[in-house]
Amino acid sequence: MGIFEDYVARIEEACGEERDFIVVFKYDKKGEVIAKILEKARIEKSISRVIFELTFRNVSFRLYGTGKAIFRNLKDKDELKNVLSDLLL
Amino acid sequence: MLDPYKIREDFPILKRKINNHPLIYFDSAATSQKPRQVIEVIKEFYEKHNANVHRGVHTLSQEASELYENAHEEVAEFINADGVKEIIFVRGTTEAINLVAYAWGLRNLKGEDEVLVTLMEHHSNIVPWEMLSKINGFQVKYVEVNHGETLNYEAFEDAISNRTKIVCFSHVSNVTGVVNDVKRIAKTAHDYGALTLVDGAQSVPHLPVNVKDLDVDFLAFSGHKMLGPTGIGVLYGKREVLEEMEPFHGGGEMIREVSFNSVTRRCSISWNDLPWKFEAGTPNICGGIGLMEAIRYLRRIGMENVRAHEEMLTEYTMQRMQECRKVKIYGPRDASVKCGIIPFNVDGLSSHDVALFLDNYGIMVRSGFHCAQPLHEIFKLKSSVRVSFYIYNTREEIDRFVEVLKEIERF
Repeated sequence: MGIFEDYVARIEEACGEERDFIVVFKYDKKGEVIAKILEKARIEKSISRVIFELTFRNVSFRLYGTGKAIFRNLKDKDELKNVLSDLLL
Repeated sequence: MLDPYKIREDFPILKRKINNHPLIYFDSAATSQKPRQVIEVIKEFYEKHNANVHRGVHTLSQEASELYENAHEEVAEFINADGVKEIIFVRGTTEAINLVAYAWGLRNLKGEDEVLVTLMEHHSNIVPWEMLSKINGFQVKYVEVNHGETLNYEAFEDAISNRTKIVCFSHVSNVTGVVNDVKRIAKTAHDYGALTLVDGAQSVPHLPVNVKDLDVDFLAFSGHKMLGPTGIGVLYGKREVLEEMEPFHGGGEMIREVSFNSVTRRCSISWNDLPWKFEAGTPNICGGIGLMEAIRYLRRIGMENVRAHEEMLTEYTMQRMQECRKVKIYGPRDASVKCGIIPFNVDGLSSHDVALFLDNYGIMVRSGFHCAQPLHEIFKLKSSVRVSFYIYNTREEIDRFVEVLKEIERF
């Protein structure tokens, strides 16, 4: 298994005009995932570790303490997978 | 008034904690939670009575058949239908609407005929008609809503004509919770000789529905939104309309006879009686029995009490949400004209952000289009958050919800 499969449980393309990607990280690895992401991405703002607004390589996204994240303005799922693979490496 | 705290004791799932917070379930418009009475009847069926229905003379088959037929009777009484011949079990509201579209529409709609649909419909009451119009070539016409809130009855009365063959509309909007005036629409439709198909997915679980009083031709609803299991739903149809219709699916159970003619080398087929003519194959027996138990549960509470409880919660929620300066509520503010559904957004955040934030605190809400994209386009919304209530929700849960909304406004 690659890095991506190690940490990601599911990706949902959310309905709504905003074609957001909602990433659900594996529940038993969420602590590790959050730590890795917070180490690599820049924190723009946050509320008491519940929600973080982050930037990584000009991609802005929101990470939740429950181990979920919303990515927006990405071209497609492949671009999302590339970003996630780099974030989780 | 019902006692939600006593009711909550019947719902095992409500004892769960999500992310270390007590579960607050505000997504009953998507699917309701199930009381232990329904869970137990399903378990009991598989442990004691499981067999196919209408197929065998043995004891188990007789027991299963009786339970399954009783379930039809329970549904008929619940909506005041004229007996089981008017009650067809299907997978859910979507299948019920597709049944009408294909079993009735395929043979009765063509050319200049028109189907009237409102712009506040769930996709399941839009897509089947658009699909069928591509086969048969009739027109699908849409009735406007007033600024995305209530149905524009004048626009409906302007749009209907002698070309209209069926009017398809929801009793209660799954986005705003608005209750439509079914009797008024049905009367106008019948004046023009058109049939009526009502999507009751959000009304039958939440308020008293009497098909004779409403005078509708078809009513579709789902078991899983009214305490029953998933995979079971109901199509009510007036007996004389159903008698005239050809079956939807072909197979076992829906036939009386399939006889091979050795001269023509074809089978001649005669249909079974109602409602079985429309229930091809082995049905969802256990689902039907679960739905019967769910209806018995609701009848013990009383649908007037269900309606009053949800109205109280809706009014209280909208009042408390006014304390949130970044929250915008859509749809009517008068709780008496709607069911327990409130759509809203938080300024600067997407609906999915809000839903994920609430999820962190164990509060389950829906985000997105709620399968009603046209209505969101009228609202000029990219998406919305939806809270929806049922018999097990309390004012304390709403207080907690508003507290968390205020927290998210800090972001």
